[in-house]
Amino acid sequence: MAMQTNVSDHPISTNGTYAIEARNLRVYYGNFLAVKDVNLHIPQQKITALIGPSGCGKSTMLRAFNRMNELVPTARTEGEILYHAVNIYDPDIDAVEVRRRIGMVFQKPNPFPKSIYENVAWGARINGYKGNMDELVFESLRQAALWDEVKDKLTQSGLSLSGGQQQRLCIARAIAIKPDIILMDEPASALDPIATLRIEELMQELAQKYTIIVVTHNMQQAARVSDYTAFFSLDEQDRSGVLVEYGPTKKLFTNPEKSITEDYVTGRFG
Amino acid sequence: MKANKDAIHLDTSGFTPNLPRRHRVGKLWLVIFRFATVVGLIALATLLLNVMNSAFGYVAVENKVDPDTLAVNGVELDDLPKAELVRILQENVSAGLFRRLENDEPFAERSRLDVYNLVLERVVEPRVVQQWSLQDSLFRRAQIEAEVAANYPKAELEFKSWLDKYFILNPQSARAERAGVRTAILGSLWTVGIAIVFAFPIGVGGAIYLEEYAADNAINRVIRTNINNLAGVPSIIYGILGLAIFVRALEPLTSGTLLGLADPTTANGRTILSAGLTLGLLILPMIIINAQEAIRAVPSSLRQASYGLGATRWQTVWHHVLPNAMPGVLTGAIFAISRAMGETAPLVVIGASTFINVDPNGPFAKFTTLPIQIYQWTSRPQDVFRNIAAAAIVVLVLLLLSLNASAVILRNRFSRRLD
Repeated sequence: MAMQTNVSDHPISTNGTYAIEARNLRVYYGNFLAVKDVNLHIPQQKITALIGPSGCGKSTMLRAFNRMNELVPTARTEGEILYHAVNIYDPDIDAVEVRRRIGMVFQKPNPFPKSIYENVAWGARINGYKGNMDELVFESLRQAALWDEVKDKLTQSGLSLSGGQQQRLCIARAIAIKPDIILMDEPASALDPIATLRIEELMQELAQKYTIIVVTHNMQQAARVSDYTAFFSLDEQDRSGVLVEYGPTKKLFTNPEKSITEDYVTGRFG
Repeated sequence: MKANKDAIHLDTSGFTPNLPRRHRVGKLWLVIFRFATVVGLIALATLLLNVMNSAFGYVAVENKVDPDTLAVNGVELDDLPKAELVRILQENVSAGLFRRLENDEPFAERSRLDVYNLVLERVVEPRVVQQWSLQDSLFRRAQIEAEVAANYPKAELEFKSWLDKYFILNPQSARAERAGVRTAILGSLWTVGIAIVFAFPIGVGGAIYLEEYAADNAINRVIRTNINNLAGVPSIIYGILGLAIFVRALEPLTSGTLLGLADPTTANGRTILSAGLTLGLLILPMIIINAQEAIRAVPSSLRQASYGLGATRWQTVWHHVLPNAMPGVLTGAIFAISRAMGETAPLVVIGASTFINVDPNGPFAKFTTLPIQIYQWTSRPQDVFRNIAAAAIVVLVLLLLSLNASAVILRNRFSRRLD
């Protein structure tokens, strides 16, 4: 908790309860409050889904976990995100180090216009990986369930793959830097149903090793893959995003506490 | 369509499709666009024909000595080795002149081209008494022959390409028959080379700063707008700027005296370096604007992917933004090279030499460039200079094409690497 404490000084605790925790989080875009007073603790090695109607701030919330909002010039964050008892918004903390620990997979597959091998190796290399690069790349591709499809064409461009393969390449790229948490922003929304299924299976395999936070528009997907679900909605007065309900997925989908949650998960609005 | 209309009930109330009229309007615009293209093509063709018309054609030449009589064993004067040329010179000029030439520079050290030029200058002494355009040469041949026979009985009629080997290799000369563009080509390459070496890194660096680092505030917006305006400033203004800064204020540096490298014949700031830096300033806004646009066109998803992997801003710029922007940046550089190559006005202000027949030997030498040479030749009263000006235009265009081609090859290599 000390000001000088660096994220990397903390070992990844395996028996702790929470991987990451938001406290009174507020994110502004200029004067607009996009996410209001969110308190949320994400359990380790589980899949947590963030769901809610469009514009409710769930993607903003996701990006707050690895300080990606800072790339938007007008964005401003208040409150705390505690990662192993360290506030990642502490002025002493380097956003680059945060993002290396908390990886990200984006909505649209965005492999680099480089070879498949280089796509996976690049992140590790710029982060100063000194081990056997071939092994790391092969292992990451295996973990991302892509190895069998690309093992004979590692020198081909990452862009030559199909959409679903590209997204798994992006996942391989994210796990090659050995993160602790993987953030996924609607990772399957640009993919066909079969590719979507593969990504979902992959998420469940990865959850044995990583903490996964996933934003999804697809409620069936949230119900299928996640252990916990956070439902966000819009505040009636100022149109900012608020956390309405958070709990185990099964409970949220079958026996929600708030009627607005029930309306949403049963498809009556949103 | 009629049958379908009956089968499918379409609600067309409130719509007046007016399809024939919409198609007519489209066709009208197509005609206008085609016309515009044709106008452009005609302008280009006229330019090329005009240049070609002067660069080639019949000439009536009066030689003091017929070069055919100088041929040795059937080998023409053009193809004779240096030793034979020296012998011809010795046999045909006075002993005094030969000694003087030997004293100026020993024949052993002179190049073959130099000796060949001396033979032409001192022995053959060809003089073009009249020249005809390519058009006349092609269609009025009989008339031209009659004219030559009547007016210049001693002259020989020959078809001359003003653009030949000797035109490229010879330095400037007061006589159009022997004038060439070697000094001008070298001067152009030097100045454009310095301009691009100076402006490319600074321009791309500025573009990276403005696009990737600078905040979107009022000051930076003013800077961006002003760079756009700078690209439209008349080039003569850059010439005045270059005269004030590089030629005058920085004279010790641009003349080379500071480094002890000053050319003894110049010893002022009107050097290749000053010209190159001035052209560099001139093309800097072009390079910045094109690089900015290329950088802006790099998808932000790539930047996000890079940052998401824990890359720093610089790593993101160096590994992803720049390589992906490079084809666009190089396109800008191609435009910039063309622009710098064709500039005349600022170099006139800087003080390009209009008559110079020694090769530039470094950045601190006096210089002339192809456009300057063309400008100077076209303003001469003698008609013959119009012909060599046309030939110089062809050289300039070819030089531009080859420089652009190499830049295009470089750009394509970058694009291919990204696929």
